[in-house]
Amino acid sequence: MFKRLGETGSAITIEIDGKAVRAQSGDTVAAAMLAAGIEHCRTTPVSGASRAPYCLMGVCFECLVTIDGVGSRQGCLVPVRDGMRIETQQGKREAGR
Amino acid sequence: MTRAPDLASSYDLVVVGGGPAGLAAAALAARAGVSTVLFDENPGIGGQIYRGITSTPIKDRAVLGEDYWAGTALAAEATASGATIVNGATVWSLDPSRQVGVAIAGQVRMIQAQRVIVATGSLERPFPIPGWTLPGVMTAGAAQTVLKAQGLVPGGRTLLAGCGPLLWLLAAQLLRAGAAIEAILETTPRGNWLRALPHLPDFLLSPYWSKGLALLREVKGKVPVIPIERLAARGEDRLQEVDYVSHGKEHRRRADLLLLHQGVVPNVNLANAAGAVHRWNERQLCFEPVLDVDFTSTVSGIAVAGDGAGIAGGTAAAERGRLAAIAAVRALKPAVSVPDPQSVRQRLQREELGRGFLDTLYRPADAFRLPEGETIACRCEEVTSGQIRGMAAIGCEGPNQMKAFLRCGMGPCQGRLCGLTVTELIAAERRTRPGEVGYYRLRPPVKPITLAELASLPISEAERKAVER
Repeated sequence: MFKRLGETGSAITIEIDGKAVRAQSGDTVAAAMLAAGIEHCRTTPVSGASRAPYCLMGVCFECLVTIDGVGSRQGCLVPVRDGMRIETQQGKREAGR
Repeated sequence: MTRAPDLASSYDLVVVGGGPAGLAAAALAARAGVSTVLFDENPGIGGQIYRGITSTPIKDRAVLGEDYWAGTALAAEATASGATIVNGATVWSLDPSRQVGVAIAGQVRMIQAQRVIVATGSLERPFPIPGWTLPGVMTAGAAQTVLKAQGLVPGGRTLLAGCGPLLWLLAAQLLRAGAAIEAILETTPRGNWLRALPHLPDFLLSPYWSKGLALLREVKGKVPVIPIERLAARGEDRLQEVDYVSHGKEHRRRADLLLLHQGVVPNVNLANAAGAVHRWNERQLCFEPVLDVDFTSTVSGIAVAGDGAGIAGGTAAAERGRLAAIAAVRALKPAVSVPDPQSVRQRLQREELGRGFLDTLYRPADAFRLPEGETIACRCEEVTSGQIRGMAAIGCEGPNQMKAFLRCGMGPCQGRLCGLTVTELIAAERRTRPGEVGYYRLRPPVKPITLAELASLPISEAERKAVER
């Protein structure tokens, strides 16, 4: 969906759902996922529909991911760090569980 | 980098938001000797319009344009002013006694401010069409953000849709960066041109006239522009096709990315949660805070500057920030000399001159603000327009009651992406005005914080004893 115009920072490696992904310093988590072609960052708590970043400016909360063990963080506001562990979120509510 | 424990417990002035209004306000106040802290939740200063101004990988100045690079001076001025500027700082609470709750790198502090300038800017107006929640559908502003900050451009079949100056600016910037745009689906209702005509003389005197015309020419020479009346995104699990109606005929195109935009509206959440009174602006179709000439809200000591005070653009935002800061300095340090507010006001008036024309011309059509049936209005809780209309029809009078019935506005975005849609839908069903219907009552935390962050608050001995007894 998106491509890089060029090498913009120093190359770093992050982990997304257990797989190593190349990113650039200066990326946010959401930008790194878009550049890596990862199309979904979560499924919704209501219907389980797939969602991806929508506004990239901190207002829509579609880019929520788990970062280094902390859930529901706004990926568009968090800069990537080498070795960062990111997990997409599977959200459907299951009442009583 | 400033951490939460490094902050003082009180400041003369707390500025929330590091866009043009916040940067200009912090710079002016700090230079006048007012102890000033600016909190911004993004990794760098600049806000949205000057996003990545100190770090952008786009070095060819022509790509983003000279209006973007005007942010360099503003950023330098603020950085050199002596104000404490903290990025990655999320303000999640502001109360009428001007206590500011801020979270920085997992730690929370409560800061007491003598004055607060809320410069939280604007966000893109909700664009509720069928399929707008599909991956592959984003806002135009989102594409502009990753272009400025990370040097990313759309790679596949890309369509832009909507109306307003930002849509044309983004198109021009993407084209200059070498990206391909298949078409622009233009939603401006034709009747708007006639209604905007009376505002044309003022617009011709504003700086936006010649810039706007040049932008339209640049884009229209390279991309087909298709006027449309209806729009829908289709696909299983991601965007695959875009359906639209142009001149009464239905069309379908394959697409990988659909970028939506129909203007910007004030981001009211923080000021609303602080208790500031807001009113409906019928020309801009949004709520805005009630402010005096110095941009002070109805809550004593809390001002709202920039596009959060009503949409007027980046240059006007900086002037508004200066006016709010002059008022703050005068209240805090009456002996200190400040710039003459009259000259700032004159510059601001010139900037605001063209708004009547732009607001009227780019007033989004009802079809794109008042959705029907299965079209999702509240993205977070997946509440449809039909559900909201149905509840309004059987007697639900306002958005706060609607929350209890349908949970709309109660998800993580806290109504930012559905508030205006819900208010306008209720008003339409009940045949009243949006101003009568009102908006969501917002409460802190206006951004989510974790229990661990809350638990990191410093506790005094007296507070500890009060609990232990």
